[in-house]
Amino acid sequence: MINLNVNIAGVLLKNPITTASGTFSAKDSGAFYDINELGAAITKGVSNVPWDGNPTPRIAETYGGMLNAIGLQNPGVDNFINNELPFLKQFDTKIIVNVVGKTINEYCEVVEKLNDTFIDMIEVNISCPNIKEGGISFGANSAMASEITKEIRRISRKPIIMKLTPNVTDITEIAKAVEAAGADGISLINTLLGMKIDVHQKKPVLWNVMGGLSGPAIKPVAVRMVYQVRRAVSIPIIGLGGVMTGEDAVEFLMAGADAVSIGTAALVDPTAPVRIKKELIEFMNQNGYENLQQIREAML
Amino acid sequence: MKKEVFKAEIAENKPIADKIYQMVIKAPQITDNYWPGQFINVYLDDKSMLLPRPVSISSVSEDTVTLIYKVVGKGTEEMASKGPGELVRLSTNLGNGFRLEDVFNEIKGTSSVVALVGGGMGIAPLVGLARLLAKEKKVRGLNDEDLKIVAFVGFQDEPVLLETLEDSCNRVYFSTESGAKGFKGNVIQLIKKTGIKVDYYIACGPKPMLKTLAQICKNTSIPLQVSLEERMGCGYGACVGCVSKTKEKETSKFKMKKVCADGPVFFGSEVVWDD
Repeated sequence: MINLNVNIAGVLLKNPITTASGTFSAKDSGAFYDINELGAAITKGVSNVPWDGNPTPRIAETYGGMLNAIGLQNPGVDNFINNELPFLKQFDTKIIVNVVGKTINEYCEVVEKLNDTFIDMIEVNISCPNIKEGGISFGANSAMASEITKEIRRISRKPIIMKLTPNVTDITEIAKAVEAAGADGISLINTLLGMKIDVHQKKPVLWNVMGGLSGPAIKPVAVRMVYQVRRAVSIPIIGLGGVMTGEDAVEFLMAGADAVSIGTAALVDPTAPVRIKKELIEFMNQNGYENLQQIREAML
Repeated sequence: MKKEVFKAEIAENKPIADKIYQMVIKAPQITDNYWPGQFINVYLDDKSMLLPRPVSISSVSEDTVTLIYKVVGKGTEEMASKGPGELVRLSTNLGNGFRLEDVFNEIKGTSSVVALVGGGMGIAPLVGLARLLAKEKKVRGLNDEDLKIVAFVGFQDEPVLLETLEDSCNRVYFSTESGAKGFKGNVIQLIKKTGIKVDYYIACGPKPMLKTLAQICKNTSIPLQVSLEERMGCGYGACVGCVSKTKEKETSKFKMKKVCADGPVFFGSEVVWDD
């Protein structure tokens, strides 16, 4: 009998499949699959006030990957709590809300408002490459990462997961810093900063010039970083970056992740989260794994 | 509504002009719920190309759906390489189509003219729209004196689908930019030249064309619906990659709406064209 349960910072997920922030919309994704199948739904980044995001084009396809420069368009935390959260309440899955901001105060304002909601966890995005201030600047420096983690830890009544950027020299330094500052978990990796030029038009494809690279093209980088961070910290890790199949999920678990997020795969195949979960179960059946712990320890 | 991605059999896939193809697919899942102006995602076999290609539904018959597409890159090249009997992966219907109720509310049905305006591949969804308009006209007991459906369509060099459109329109006017056939010029120049008094415009085509038409409609208080095109990621509302700035009618507040899930059809008056 296969057991897919996993405990992330005191929250019991019924399986390790979560949705990567920014690639999941309850109403739109829910038209393609049953959200109850997810271990957790991680929602799109939400800020203290509504953000318009970047002008278009925001999307560019690359070989085996894609660039995005959405710029964290979102309706703001009040609209989110009033109009989007109630819909999510009906599902038998954990709800993790991704939080963004330009200053520590902005992050804290959102976290405070979420304290009084039913959500299970907060994922703090300190790694978005597409906004000028805040975002990535918190995640690219140990001191800054530590400071924001401490502040949010102080006011949050929910477990906090810090989402890290791969655009750093040593990911383990940042991971250790957020762990020491009180993070309950870590998500990695966010997108890699990239760029595409239209050689006929002689200009960048994205309005924002640069954007975040995701998809299978970045999977080896993500697996490597999960592997390194697993050996540097003891808090739970949600691994992501190009998970397209059940075997990809297994790869992240073997590298040391406790759960995985499905992002770009859901754009390529809207039903990807449930398909990947099914493939993970098939892999476990075929290879004699009864629980996720056995996969995580397989390489030790 | 429940949506899905599925494999369907191609019944026909042939060029109808230079680089322009017509693909007919057996897909009752799509025809059952079709409304003109909707699109579908075509998912490619070559896994190096991750993102689906959103293609507007041109028309449907009993159990087949017709796509008209232009080969512009590797993704559409792959689509063009497929033959009858081969399978193609598709999504079910995406997006919201043209709002017919609004058309009939506005025109009141007395010597009215509804004009369909298409630029380039923008002609594709107008075929299904023209058919539904013609059908609705009959259902509502309107004759040609009450309501005329005309089309203005513009092309680079070579017109396509003119006869198909003529089947459901009272008159089809066309132009080519090169002057190779028909009136020489773009579709806006064509509209001006014919000088027909129009009571309602419905348009699909390049943004500059839609923007100019929206300006004309604003100045003359003629209602307009447009189908917008934007580079998409998922095509179903999850990634927020394709947006258009719009103004809420009631509150005058600005909003970044998703072209795929909130559109692709918008009222010309709600789109903020200058940004």
